[in-house]
Amino acid sequence: MKKYGSFFRIRFINGLQYRMAALSGIATQFIWGIMEVLLFRAFYQASPDSFPMTFQALSSYIWLQQAFLALYLIWFWESQLFDSITNGDVAYELCRPIRLYNMWFVRGMAVRLSKATLRSFPVLFFAWLLPSPYGLTLPDNWYTWFFTLLAMTLAFLLVVAFGMIVYMSVFYTISSQGVKLLASSVSEFLGGAVIPLPFLPDKIREVVNLLPFASAQNVPFRIFGGDLVGKEMYQSLLMQCFWLTVFLLIGRAMEQRALKRVVIQGG
Amino acid sequence: MNSFGLYKKYCLIHLKCVMQHKVSFFLTTFGLFLMSFNIFLGVYFMMIRFHQVNGFSYQEVLLCFAITLMSFTIAEAFFRSLDTFDSIIRSGEFDRILLRPRNCLFTVICSKIDFTRIGRLLQTILMFVYGILFSTIHWTLFRIIVIVLMILSGIIVFVSIYLIFASICFFTLEGLEFMNIFTDGAREYGKYPIGIYGKTIVTICTYIVPFSLFQYYPFLYLTGKTENAWYGLLPIAGCFFLIPAILFWRFGLSRYQSSGS
Repeated sequence: MKKYGSFFRIRFINGLQYRMAALSGIATQFIWGIMEVLLFRAFYQASPDSFPMTFQALSSYIWLQQAFLALYLIWFWESQLFDSITNGDVAYELCRPIRLYNMWFVRGMAVRLSKATLRSFPVLFFAWLLPSPYGLTLPDNWYTWFFTLLAMTLAFLLVVAFGMIVYMSVFYTISSQGVKLLASSVSEFLGGAVIPLPFLPDKIREVVNLLPFASAQNVPFRIFGGDLVGKEMYQSLLMQCFWLTVFLLIGRAMEQRALKRVVIQGG
Repeated sequence: MNSFGLYKKYCLIHLKCVMQHKVSFFLTTFGLFLMSFNIFLGVYFMMIRFHQVNGFSYQEVLLCFAITLMSFTIAEAFFRSLDTFDSIIRSGEFDRILLRPRNCLFTVICSKIDFTRIGRLLQTILMFVYGILFSTIHWTLFRIIVIVLMILSGIIVFVSIYLIFASICFFTLEGLEFMNIFTDGAREYGKYPIGIYGKTIVTICTYIVPFSLFQYYPFLYLTGKTENAWYGLLPIAGCFFLIPAILFWRFGLSRYQSSGS
């Protein structure tokens, strides 16, 4: 366990180095959030009855999304990992007395967390200062806080586990381009990054909700805003656990099969 | 050889170059298509839920989206080198360019032409045709001229922004990520007529970066929301944005001290 801890620390500190990038990231995210809120406000004014959630819940959703972009954006690929498989550097990693899957999993967590730590708090703080329906509204009970945090953790692990499947698939395909593109574009829409999932028509939403991508950012952000409560919330949490387990199993199986007959590329 | 002939030669070379890796080219093209198709799906689902936004119908929004995205895509495909200018400076490539017997801006622009944007261009053309066929716009010769002006002016505005980015790189040697707000942000949020974001944003997008001059005001005239025909000519005013951009480039160039690599 200790080795994973120190591995995590190395990557985490490494990620904290990029402060200027974080600063401009904060500015970008903040403006992105404002534009998104204004956009939905126009739709809200067009027809408040067609709005599937309260405006407050939507604003919270948007701000959390902007603040934790680094945690849940699926296409935050680490090109180094792809390259290491393609050019053969992965051989060095295989020499280490740690299982590849675990090592890269910890690494993925650390990279995303370090990015999010630098960026999330200023964005959340600014959003909290904004006037009521447009800003971040904090839930008033511990119950919501608890389940939000739980769902955030599950969603985070899910995203990292999904990334691992994509990395592992490169052992089989060598070129990462196709998988990357497909995974990025499909997950983006189905995960609720383009528009929040409640805005989809009912029939489509029922199907999308069963897919793994709906178990990522969609769940915690909606719990936080009070849009996802009661029985539906417990169902979503169970779905999260289910998909996390499935992704972990698939990823580890792919790793084992790949490493049995791995061909190191390059010299 | 004149500049135009030279540019054509460069185009051919870049085309041959990407055709060396056909699979990669088509995958990237397809991926870009999928990415912007996502944005289209977002617009589509929002519009079937709400039917109209700020008085704009689905077809009108689509037409507006197509105009913005088309200008952006064309500008990005042909002026991509300005967007990645920081790497040209840092690699010392720019010092080599300065030695060539042609205008350095021209040479920089020639150094990269991104044909993979065709995927997105195809999508914008589809949306554009759909928007024109199914919207209730009353077409006159003047309106056709206005729509062409909008696209041309859009390209020029985006190119000016790229040029300003590139000029900033003379001082910082590094691309500033937050500058993406003006390009990617404009592409992302230009999918709806700017007016829906409220007065403040329209003001910013008129006087600071002239997005509304080619996207919002002429569009109001096009869809018959205003009778003021002068709105249709505002895209021409948007083109003047290129002047400060070029002046800034010259200023940056005169202060350029190699990156030392």
